[in-house]
Amino acid sequence: MQVYMDNNATTMTDPKVVEAMLPFYSERYGNPNSLHKFGTSVHLPLSKAIDQVYTGINAAESDDIVFTSCATEANNWVLQSVWIDKVLNSDKNHMVTTEVEHPSILATCKFLEEQGMKVTYLPVNEQGIVEAHTVRSFITDKTALVSIMWANNETGMIFPIQEIGEICKDKGVLFHTDAVQAVGKIPVDMQAVHVDFLSMSAHKFHGPKGVGALYIKDSQQLTPLFHGGEQMGGRRSGTLNVPGIVGMGKALELATQNIEATMALIRSKRDRLEDALLELLDDVMVVGDRNNRTPNTILISVRGVEGEGMLWDLNNALIGASTGSACASEDLEANTVMLAIGADSELAHTGIRLSLSRFTTDEEVDYVIEAFTAAVKRLRAISSSYAKVGPTPGGEAQACDLLYLHDKCD
Amino acid sequence: MAKDNLLGGSLWDAYSNKVTTLMNNPQHQGEITEEEAAAHGNKLIVADFGAESCGDAVRLYWEINPETDVIENAKFKSFGCGTAIASSDVMTELCMGKTVDEAVKITNIDVEKALRDDPDTPAVPPQKMHCSVMAYDVIKKAAGLYKGVDAESFEEDIIVCECARVSLSTLQEVIRLNDLKTIEEITDYTKAGGFCKSCIKPGGHEEREYYLVDILADTRRQMDEEKLAAAADAGALGDFEHMTLVQQIKAIDAVIDESVRQFLVMDGGNMEVIDIKSSDDNIDVYIRYLGACNGCASSTTGTLYAIESTLKEKLSQKIRVLPI
Ligand SMILES: Cc1ncc(COP(=O)(O)O)c(C=O)c1O
Repeated sequence: MQVYMDNNATTMTDPKVVEAMLPFYSERYGNPNSLHKFGTSVHLPLSKAIDQVYTGINAAESDDIVFTSCATEANNWVLQSVWIDKVLNSDKNHMVTTEVEHPSILATCKFLEEQGMKVTYLPVNEQGIVEAHTVRSFITDKTALVSIMWANNETGMIFPIQEIGEICKDKGVLFHTDAVQAVGKIPVDMQAVHVDFLSMSAHKFHGPKGVGALYIKDSQQLTPLFHGGEQMGGRRSGTLNVPGIVGMGKALELATQNIEATMALIRSKRDRLEDALLELLDDVMVVGDRNNRTPNTILISVRGVEGEGMLWDLNNALIGASTGSACASEDLEANTVMLAIGADSELAHTGIRLSLSRFTTDEEVDYVIEAFTAAVKRLRAISSSYAKVGPTPGGEAQACDLLYLHDKCD
Repeated sequence: MAKDNLLGGSLWDAYSNKVTTLMNNPQHQGEITEEEAAAHGNKLIVADFGAESCGDAVRLYWEINPETDVIENAKFKSFGCGTAIASSDVMTELCMGKTVDEAVKITNIDVEKALRDDPDTPAVPPQKMHCSVMAYDVIKKAAGLYKGVDAESFEEDIIVCECARVSLSTLQEVIRLNDLKTIEEITDYTKAGGFCKSCIKPGGHEEREYYLVDILADTRRQMDEEKLAAAADAGALGDFEHMTLVQQIKAIDAVIDESVRQFLVMDGGNMEVIDIKSSDDNIDVYIRYLGACNGCASSTTGTLYAIESTLKEKLSQKIRVLPI
């Protein structure tokens, strides 16, 4: 059996989504900006997709949802353009974010810091979230923007977006949320929260890769990142990715149609997996209260087993998982979230993320329980952490100073 | 960046079959107890290197014959990724049957080579090179314990890049000889910094004592200082044409103080050097007369000639003095 347990990195494109996209490659390939029939005939399916996305997050007619090439673009757009609009061309100079954002936020912040922006990186608590009152206390009259993710990619922990939104509204500060791990997984209702900008990405909810969107409340000012033609009302130039947008609309519709029921289904499998691992294995820990987590995610720390070694064994069992994020496995670094939540430093390299989807089956869960416990058993048998004979006096090693590197990439 | 780097590349696919096989089934994993060692009349040494918090840890067990110093049996335990486990396994194998003195000569390069399928193809991708370094460090630690000396005493030189085993002195020499200006050049010449990259600058995989950025900056600073000192020495020897502007002004002032100024002051005047402009053929010294000299008749004839010929004689034939 082969099991994909890495749905926070990306998801299978739902075959129904692929089906909806297919006509827009070789049959209805017109450019929607053209005057002729080839072009204009794709307007209807595009409007439908736009409707599906507006409905999916309950955006108002007066809001904009601008399609982008990915959430990384949407995140860059907000940060870089707020820098231009509110810092270069106004009197602000500061923004607030968290230590556990995706690199598309953190690396952009670092870049803006080089340009002169002041950035406050808020730490998370032992639950892996920042509390709203912490955000409030760091907003000053120089603050242009607060950017805080809706749900974390590694832990699945859900941040108090509603409260943070109220605080930002109160203080008259722009609020952006990277909702890539929330949209399609948990209810996202733009009329129930005060959010100025929201980023999302289709490939995280069974849509195609290479298409995302930025929600802009009340169509407010935000200098474009891409200049060029008049596509998307001039807000984001570039010929529209027609199949991508159609696919994103369809995918979001499928993901949100019965979201409570879908969540319950995924959650029951996730909880069964989590409970089994916690019961069958000693010295394991799952990060964050499961009731405040996206229903598909488990970040489990297995004492004495190095994360990449664990991934290796899982991969041998044809299970795809992650050490917290896709590119972290290339970069060999400690799991930032593990450190941020204040876990024991010995656990910094032991995090394994299992992320399910609505396509995960009970058989797959059973198989993962078995393979996971077998891998832990084998690796602990090799592990120095579980060795019985201690070092010769003087032969002990010292612990490391842990490095905080923000390079988690999915 | 170029075509080959567009995709991150698949880390595990770059492993040799040997790495894969040993990770899946390490041969020397296990422990040796005091009792077992004692039963053979041997001494047990157990050494740790690395730590879980660093992401890699290894514990090495040696059973040493106290008569011959031969490592008769060895085992390891490891917390780490596939390459860390495979490197520890091969390292343990390499130790067996060697004397402690022979074993300390095993380097991380030997460990990595022993993991290759084909002698010319690296066993692991660059960013995994450091895993074999740990295998090498733990040997030094064990040997130090056995001999009752510090592990560092086995190290003859300060190793800056562990992965490629490049020493501080080599780096300084290569930077000087080849006038290297960037880290990329250093990596091209020595391979240092080309693997796990920890030694390039602070903030990498592990903390280091020396970083390439600092070594480069320090060596370049030394080189610049030496150049300046050389120029100053040349100046003292009279090589006026190769001095810096500041040195030239100082040299001219010195000559004027010594041989000219007193005569001007006697007549109630003075002069100052305003600027120096050098071309291939001439060094033009712009001066301004002060006090009584200003406007006096000989200031453009006799006095000027006297100043110019003194400077020519003492400093350079190329000098022309131009009053403004
Ligand atoms: C929280 C978060 N933000 C942003 C991104 C980037 O999305 P994209 O791949 O569409 O650029 C990801 C995933 O990769 C993510 O998990």
